[in-house]
Amino acid sequence: MIGINLAYILASVLFILGLKGLSHPRTAVRGNLTGALGMFIAIVATLLDKNIISFEYILLGAVLGSAAGAIFALKVKMTAMPQMVALFNGFGGAASVLVAGAVLSESIIKGGDPGTQFLVATAASGLIGAVTFWGSLVAFGKLQGIITESPVRYKGEQVVKVLLLLGALYAAYRTTQGQGDVQWYWMAGGVGSVLGILLTIPIGGADMPIVIALLNAYSGMAAAATGFVLNNSVLIISGALVGASGVFLTKIMCDAMNRSLPNVLFGGVGAVVETIKADDIYGGKVKATSPEEVAMLLKMARRVVFVPGYGMAVARAQTPVRILTEELEKDGIEVEFGIHPVAGRMPGHMNVLLAEENISYDKLKEMDSINDTFGNTDVVIVIGANDVVNPLARQSSGTPISGMPILNVDKARTVVVIKRSLAPGFAGIPNPLFALDNTLMLFDDARKAMENLVRAYREAA
Amino acid sequence: MDSFLQIMTIFILAIFVGVEVISKVPPILHTPLMSGSNAISGITLVGAIISAGMQATYLTVILGTIAVALASVNVVGGFLVTHRMLSKFKRKE
Repeated sequence: MIGINLAYILASVLFILGLKGLSHPRTAVRGNLTGALGMFIAIVATLLDKNIISFEYILLGAVLGSAAGAIFALKVKMTAMPQMVALFNGFGGAASVLVAGAVLSESIIKGGDPGTQFLVATAASGLIGAVTFWGSLVAFGKLQGIITESPVRYKGEQVVKVLLLLGALYAAYRTTQGQGDVQWYWMAGGVGSVLGILLTIPIGGADMPIVIALLNAYSGMAAAATGFVLNNSVLIISGALVGASGVFLTKIMCDAMNRSLPNVLFGGVGAVVETIKADDIYGGKVKATSPEEVAMLLKMARRVVFVPGYGMAVARAQTPVRILTEELEKDGIEVEFGIHPVAGRMPGHMNVLLAEENISYDKLKEMDSINDTFGNTDVVIVIGANDVVNPLARQSSGTPISGMPILNVDKARTVVVIKRSLAPGFAGIPNPLFALDNTLMLFDDARKAMENLVRAYREAA
Repeated sequence: MDSFLQIMTIFILAIFVGVEVISKVPPILHTPLMSGSNAISGITLVGAIISAGMQATYLTVILGTIAVALASVNVVGGFLVTHRMLSKFKRKE
């Protein structure tokens, strides 16, 4: 008993050190390996414990699961990372439901009083796990394009959700009565599943990064609850770490969009009245440009900043962006990337997409540090981003993005916006940036525009 | 009740450690943080192994085995994909 607990302490310490390693890209790879070592130690210690009397089923499950996990991990495209993380979160939640269910059945067969902590934690595992699993599946479906990504709203939505929540809590309560009740346990899991679906399906579009972060938090809480079922310290510690990480990221994402979490979850409260007409803002003031003109501007620039949005990844324009970056640097021009926290489909997604293209990570600047530098930037190239550079966000009210922190690209000498048309972003509102005196619109597909720009830059003397 | 207070203490302190450590992770690494912490939440594997390995009843073995498989996806896939992502973060001289 002492041996296994010491191993669990060691594993917990390695998890914490592993997460600590993620505080810098230099130490991050080693940090992740440290975490994996902790997991290995925890698993081996559990297997060696004398309570384990049979290995063949464990082996079967582990081989199948590991093979599937490895295939996913090696095949997945970096653009598809959000849906994969969503799916993995879901599996963790489902595992919690099954473990707590199995332990409850066993405890009832054994008889005796399992204690309040055991019963409450079991009900919580089942409920949180089920919400996590089905919520994650819906998020996966939305990100993968299987389910519509736009928010699905209906009349009486909040009432339905509240009733389901009460139903799930009642079933959880019945689970904890007497020696525990397996039927009510699965009932709680079932109602939790429906709740998981209905909580996630109304969220969509620009809010997807928040959903992913929130599901991450749920999966941690489910693991911690299972830890309370088994009285197992390493599960509790890991669950707490992951839960903290998920909550922290959820908060960052909410702040980056100036939304409160209840507003994202329950939405539709105090909907914004649309008063801004695109014609009033754009009428006669939008200037189109050509790759050649932009190339000339770049030739004369000393500092250039790219502001990429998910549209860049959709158009697969990362490669020409990297090539242009290299060309500019060859001419002694300083190049940096301004990255909004919600650029991409999950927290930090844009950084991974650019790192994959071999763009040095010290050029990837977060919003707060790059915003002060736009004043002495000659050319900003906005590519596939819209709402995160919309000056309307500075108005305190009246638009869906009011109060959202944005990248102050309009402070730069020239702003080049690469975009197919003047169509609005997720927020559905026009962008006055496109009509500013110092803005030039390069209307084209992001990839084609960048390739043309690379060619024009090379040809410009 | 003593043991409950003990693990509750562990739980609460771990939350504080988690917040402290994770708030130091820069935004550039938030995606690997999510996939990596997701791999750690696959620790449910330990619980799954316990249920599958005790051979109490058929039902618990079946539930445990499925849980082992799901949690293994989480653990192996999570650490592997995080490694794949992190190895792309390079600094050019």
